[in-house]
Amino acid sequence: MSASSSHLDGALSRRTFLRAGTLGLAGLFMARGQLLQGADLSVPTLLKPGNRKKAKSVIQIWLWGGPSHLDTFDPKPGAGRDYCGPYTKALATNVPGIEICQMLPRLATMADKYTLLRGMTHGNNGHETAAYLVQAGRKPDNGLVCPGIGAIVSYFKGYNGGYKGKLPPYITVTSPQGRFSESGFLGSKYKPFSTGGDPGRDPFAVEGIVSESVTEQRQRDRRELLGDLDGFGTDHRDESVVKALNASRDEAYEMILGTTGKAFSLAEEKPETRDRYGRNKFGQSCLLARRLVERGVPFVTLNHQGWDTHKKHFQEMNQKLPVLDQGVSALLQDLSDHGLLDSTLVWVGGEFGRTPKIQQEAPWDGGRGHYGKAFSTLVAGGGFRGGMVVGKTDERGETVVERPIYPWDLLGSMCELLDIDPAAELTTPQGAKVCVSPLARHEIPAKETGGLLREIM
Amino acid sequence: MLYSHDVTGKGFRMVRGVNHWLMIVGLVVGASLNSSANPIDEPVMAILEAKGIPPSERCPDAVFIRRVFLDVIGTLPTSAEVRAFLSDPAPGKRAALIDALLQRPEFAEYWGLKWGDLLRIKAEFPSNLWPNAVQAYDRWIRESLRQNKPYDQFARELLTASGSNFRAPPSNFYRPFQDRSPRQIAETVALVFMGIRLGNAALTEDQIQEFSAFFAKIGYKGTEEWKEEIVFFNPAGRLTNSVTGKGVVPRTPNGRVYYLPADQDPRVAFAKWLTAPDNPWFAKCIVNRIWFWLLGRGVIHEPDDMRPSNPAWSSDLLTLLERELISHKYDLKSVYRLILNSSTYQRSSVPNTGNASDETGFSHYRLRRLDAEPLLDAINQITGTGEKYTSSIPEPFTFLPGDQRAISLADGSIELPFLELFGRPARNTSFESERTAVPSMFQAQCMLNSSQIQKKIERSSVLMKLAKGFKTPGGGGGRGMNAGAKGKGDGKGKSAQQSGVVGGLKKPFEVLSPVSDPELVNELYLRILSRFPTEQERQKAGNYLTSVKRKPAESVCDLAWALINSTEFIMKH
Repeated sequence: MSASSSHLDGALSRRTFLRAGTLGLAGLFMARGQLLQGADLSVPTLLKPGNRKKAKSVIQIWLWGGPSHLDTFDPKPGAGRDYCGPYTKALATNVPGIEICQMLPRLATMADKYTLLRGMTHGNNGHETAAYLVQAGRKPDNGLVCPGIGAIVSYFKGYNGGYKGKLPPYITVTSPQGRFSESGFLGSKYKPFSTGGDPGRDPFAVEGIVSESVTEQRQRDRRELLGDLDGFGTDHRDESVVKALNASRDEAYEMILGTTGKAFSLAEEKPETRDRYGRNKFGQSCLLARRLVERGVPFVTLNHQGWDTHKKHFQEMNQKLPVLDQGVSALLQDLSDHGLLDSTLVWVGGEFGRTPKIQQEAPWDGGRGHYGKAFSTLVAGGGFRGGMVVGKTDERGETVVERPIYPWDLLGSMCELLDIDPAAELTTPQGAKVCVSPLARHEIPAKETGGLLREIM
Repeated sequence: MLYSHDVTGKGFRMVRGVNHWLMIVGLVVGASLNSSANPIDEPVMAILEAKGIPPSERCPDAVFIRRVFLDVIGTLPTSAEVRAFLSDPAPGKRAALIDALLQRPEFAEYWGLKWGDLLRIKAEFPSNLWPNAVQAYDRWIRESLRQNKPYDQFARELLTASGSNFRAPPSNFYRPFQDRSPRQIAETVALVFMGIRLGNAALTEDQIQEFSAFFAKIGYKGTEEWKEEIVFFNPAGRLTNSVTGKGVVPRTPNGRVYYLPADQDPRVAFAKWLTAPDNPWFAKCIVNRIWFWLLGRGVIHEPDDMRPSNPAWSSDLLTLLERELISHKYDLKSVYRLILNSSTYQRSSVPNTGNASDETGFSHYRLRRLDAEPLLDAINQITGTGEKYTSSIPEPFTFLPGDQRAISLADGSIELPFLELFGRPARNTSFESERTAVPSMFQAQCMLNSSQIQKKIERSSVLMKLAKGFKTPGGGGGRGMNAGAKGKGDGKGKSAQQSGVVGGLKKPFEVLSPVSDPELVNELYLRILSRFPTEQERQKAGNYLTSVKRKPAESVCDLAWALINSTEFIMKH
């Protein structure tokens, strides 16, 4: 490890030592009363060599709008109907002591594959700022718009990091996340490619690659026609901007007419496989994500929208949770079966949670509002250990009472698993320098970090 | 070269704009067209001659009209405008066209866009101006441009503004900052109005603090109204030196100190200093920006990085432009007019053997890709289609009518992937470099094969109307533009790429009989490339159109597609 990372370890050990002294050890990392290992916190918990730098790709399942933590990964059946609504019975998983929402039966059979981060917190209730906090892993107070984790991974693991694939290194399925600038000051070069279209339909019209109305032969005819009529381009072909334009066209045609674009052809999969994921947009997006990481794409975001359920919350959840359950469980199983789960970090969550107490008053009539004080995220693979719970909220899911996890704690941990130096500098076009992780240079006050997720790394 | 100057257009109708400039032609005939009469060319030629770089020749009329439309009003000329201009025998027609364009409403629209970039006008993060204030601010800016408000007055009104962000729109100047520290405001003021980066400008930390002290007495307070905010002069505001703990006295970067009574707003003193004719930065910065905007490279480059170690390509040229602005009482259009009428501006983009390697000078017109908004508007104009611009946040959602032009968008938060893909600035900072025009594979995919572009072409009633004997699937015949069609209000949760085409377009049009009329090819070329085709092009295009390999309608689409994808279309040249 580089010097800067061990510096980070040092900082962590001081912090955890202090906390161990004041809070005691019990309950730091526990799943339902069961004390987990890693108890001697006064010693820096270094990663086992086997787990370091395991992750090659990330699949981010972004639940846009903020999913309710109570109705997904942090059920509170004891809090009563005012809090849990119709979901009164949490579901036991295959890991003793871990329960999840009753609407996620498939995920309940494989809790050994993932870990639930129940201590997530940042305290912001606005979509834009919360999305920035969670995805950029830093506070919006340095006057810069910093890149999100997808662009950071694309920057270090994409073409600058030896990625040789012809598929874009950062792909969003299907629409851009919006509301925050994914690549920030890194600029358009590090923006994701958004597929558009609907992977649940045949053909899956991948924006710019698979056309619904132009046959392959006509594509070739058109390309020839363009060549014939582009006299201006021929006259100016030696100028740098025209060279760049021509190169960009050649690359595009490699995707359109070459073999690269076949990555998006879900019809190549067995029908049973497709069924397992669910024959819907989200399920087939999960399947596509597996195909993309199989081909080495470093960062794939599934932009799964519709979690901003201010109204008709439980009606929405009844529709959405089974789809989520089927898609994510099939993905984890499939990655595992393909031997890809160790090298693929899967991350499921949104920008915040939702108010634990159901808002019965008008106009919400049984909805849940934004809640940044406490929320949950699921992580799996890529070197994160499964079968654990990190952090704990109170009996109503309103406050993190043990082991808070701030967005920078999670993203810093991800960077480490991806072998991205948290202290590496990114330079803005105007020359300012920013560290990959704000933890690297103590930009974050000690009281606002719970430290990296050593428990599961 | 490919440019053909024959005028074979049939069925040409005069349009109002054309009449307008023809009238002006009458007034200015006799004005000197001798290119050497433009004072700009002298300092430019002095440098080129000293370096032994021969300039390119004057660009043809067809190139000029396209270039000047795109540069001055961000708009592609219509085929009627091109035909009229090409057939006009008046020797002063270029000058007349320049004057006419400077008066068009699109002038204020297009430059309002640039000012929106510079002032970071955006409802959301990180500007967080919020929608109402964005609208008020944008309207104020475009109205100022429409009135051709003197630039010194424009700057003073922004810099000294107080009041409600809804009712006193320029007060929004002080709002789009994440941390509204005097330092952050000073950095932006220096960047926008002085073209200097405080960190680069060879100023000491103390000097930067003293400069920031002009902005230490600004207060903000909310009202009962949602997202209304009052910006006010707060006499109690104070900037203290972080080392000595003493209050910092405002001082300009060139050393003028202001000991002001407590009840005086230092911003007023600053604005007065800044906009005085002897200010070393103010006029120079804006004329250099205009030069950069029109010619693609600043006399000082980058235009917002003025400092002693970054000298002007020609300081004589810059001084001349500066004097032009000041002597015309800060009338920005006088500077536009002077530059646009110069031989330097009107040079061909085709390099000669002696100047092909001149990347930093002005020996030939610099090729650059059309900016995102004019590019999209041009494609919409050609195809008679529009966009469904929406913003889903913050609630309530925003939906704009289908005839909204991209150059007229007020809010940088309005999402449209096409614009982002083609380098629209995020309006996170005031740097010119936020806007980019670098080609990429994704852009190429979008132009070559996206459903957005394909649908615009194949469902364009305008294009199909050009083809002889066409009928709509409903049998109604071509009914003209669809541009006014309203988008359906279902933007939430939908890929904006998919929502790129206005709802009014349903099925592809069908062409029922083969197309052979050469006028179709003429019209497509005029519409898309702003010129007539050469004989060779006419032939190639005709062959493709009459091929039996595909349906005639598809052939027309493909021809339009090829021209829209040609380098000549994608580039300003």
